[in-house]
Amino acid sequence: MYITAGIPATVCRIRPGGQGNIIGGAFMTNLKKKLLVPGITAAVMLIAVLLACFGIINDYIQTIIMTVCINIIMASSLNIVNGYMGEFSCGHAGFMAVGAYVSSVLSLILFCPDNSITHYALLPPELSVLLFPLIILAGGLASMLASLIVAIPSFKTRDDYLAIITIAANYIITTALNNIPAVGASRGLMGMTGITDAMSAIVPIPWVFLWSMIFAALTILMIHRLMSSTLGKGISAIRYDEISAEIMSVDTNNMKLIAFTFSSGLAGIAGGLFAHELGFINPASFGILKSTESLVMVYLGGMGSLSGSVLSATVFTCLLEIMRPLQIFKWVIIPLMLILIMQFRPEGLMGARELTSVFPKLRKIFPDRVLEQKPRKLAAGGVK
Amino acid sequence: MLSYLIQNTFNALQWGSFYSMIALGYCLVYGVLRLINFAHGDIFMTSCYIAFFVVTGITAHIAGISGPALFALTLIITMALTALLGVGMERIAYRPLREKGANRLYVVITALMLGFILENGNLALLGASSRRFPDILPKIIWKLGPVTVTNLKVLVIASSIVVFAFLQFIVQRTVLGMSMRAISYDKFAIPLMGIPVNAVITFTFILGSALAAVAGILFGLSYQVMDPYMGMIIGWKAFIAAVVGGIGDIKGAFLGGFMLGFIEIFVTAFFPSSYKDLVSFVILLVILTVKPTGFFGVARSTKI
Repeated sequence: MYITAGIPATVCRIRPGGQGNIIGGAFMTNLKKKLLVPGITAAVMLIAVLLACFGIINDYIQTIIMTVCINIIMASSLNIVNGYMGEFSCGHAGFMAVGAYVSSVLSLILFCPDNSITHYALLPPELSVLLFPLIILAGGLASMLASLIVAIPSFKTRDDYLAIITIAANYIITTALNNIPAVGASRGLMGMTGITDAMSAIVPIPWVFLWSMIFAALTILMIHRLMSSTLGKGISAIRYDEISAEIMSVDTNNMKLIAFTFSSGLAGIAGGLFAHELGFINPASFGILKSTESLVMVYLGGMGSLSGSVLSATVFTCLLEIMRPLQIFKWVIIPLMLILIMQFRPEGLMGARELTSVFPKLRKIFPDRVLEQKPRKLAAGGVK
Repeated sequence: MLSYLIQNTFNALQWGSFYSMIALGYCLVYGVLRLINFAHGDIFMTSCYIAFFVVTGITAHIAGISGPALFALTLIITMALTALLGVGMERIAYRPLREKGANRLYVVITALMLGFILENGNLALLGASSRRFPDILPKIIWKLGPVTVTNLKVLVIASSIVVFAFLQFIVQRTVLGMSMRAISYDKFAIPLMGIPVNAVITFTFILGSALAAVAGILFGLSYQVMDPYMGMIIGWKAFIAAVVGGIGDIKGAFLGGFMLGFIEIFVTAFFPSSYKDLVSFVILLVILTVKPTGFFGVARSTKI
């Protein structure tokens, strides 16, 4: 069933045609090809920001796009653990909370003059434009550290027991935040719009909107690079068979550590963006319900498919927006749809495939990184 | 001080009984199917609502019915209706997936979604106002020195023990129980032995849901408040209790439930109540890190 992804895929994707493209192509076309996707992405972002500046994209559409970006980061990062590594983590929102709180506290004490913690801003507002991405990244870093409470038990614990540990981690993080009065306890934290105001005062563009798109694009790029590297193959080897992987010299503990910390770090980044998008966070918004939302996106898109996660995050967010007038019935219809998907297309939208294998022409734009490997020559006689 | 401790022990036993009864339901289904039936907490919630409507229905039609008779009638009708709900979910959602041989995780996601449907469907149909469960049993209070015990508390604790003993008997001593254990042992060889797998699984769901119904009625009687999301939190926690005990083992689930009850009540007794979840989950995390299969769980050997 999973034979199309992971290690066997390395073998099936090296085809004479694909090789010819790269070897035969001149250096310039190669460079052009490399710059094509980043170029298009940058152009799209630029256009989006310009449209937003001139008021063609209104605040509502901007919020939806930001939410889509945040959900893309959440879904594709959870996909590393739940899809590629085949574990069942259901506490992803906990790590999002850590990122959201750390970056909010940083931006409050550094750039918001009337915050509830220090009551004055430590740094001049001019630095906000430079430091905003670093603040978001700091949130990600904190989440990476927090993910150790799941990563270390995962060395010994597996399957359902590990699922429980992730749920427990989610509860521990949210209840811990609930008990820290400095960050507002259950009332939550607000005033993060201070930093966005400071940034807009310097250059009047929608900064959080821009950074959401940039971080989403970077996430997709990083996960793509990670999962097609040897490291990524090691992570998916755990899904097929942990013991065999270990016999084949995969350091499974290291792989689990990398997968959990990387995935949680990205969730932390998503959390930071979420906090600055809304300007208000409280522990209740990072509960098990939020984790379930990410789970739904992963399984809707297909386990182990990056483009599936991106697609399902987009579809799911838009669906939620469209169904907003239905109010609570929305949460009856969406689970029902998901049940139907599980019945009739249990592998999700994409299964373990990527968009490039559904539409092979896309390979011209998004070359499989696997193709860049040198073909291995089999020794005479070969391995039978 | 001592009386405070004893009083809290009784509270903990009562609170733990609910966790135990729900954990036993998780454990039954998990033991047979290796399926975490995430909807179980919501079946418990639904059973509480069913009991509410059954009670109001009966009192409206049969005037002057005595308390114990009303309780018995409600118990039977609610158990039957809840069992129907559980079996219906199994037939509509889980069985087709199982027959397709879908990945275990897809079934888990389906369970999660069924839980959502129950919660939010309830909210959508009945509205957000929380209802008050009627007192149907006459309240008797026994005073043992400074400690007070109500008949309800004793009823709850006793029924959890009875339920446990009943399940232990069924699983260990009857042919049905033997086939349940056999299915969890080897799902593929068992049909060849002439055991009707689907019938046994249906029976498991009947048992599990009926158990949830017992817990639901007693919960309604003990705490009166009902709201659509009450099943979710209790369900997750009962599941955690089952895992700490070693999921798949009835004794483990039973004791795990009581352990969680004790931790929660005693943390609330000595610390601010907002620390309750924090402490109980940290303890859980430590237990699972040190003993990954729970107290009574047996590590399954993995074939390469």
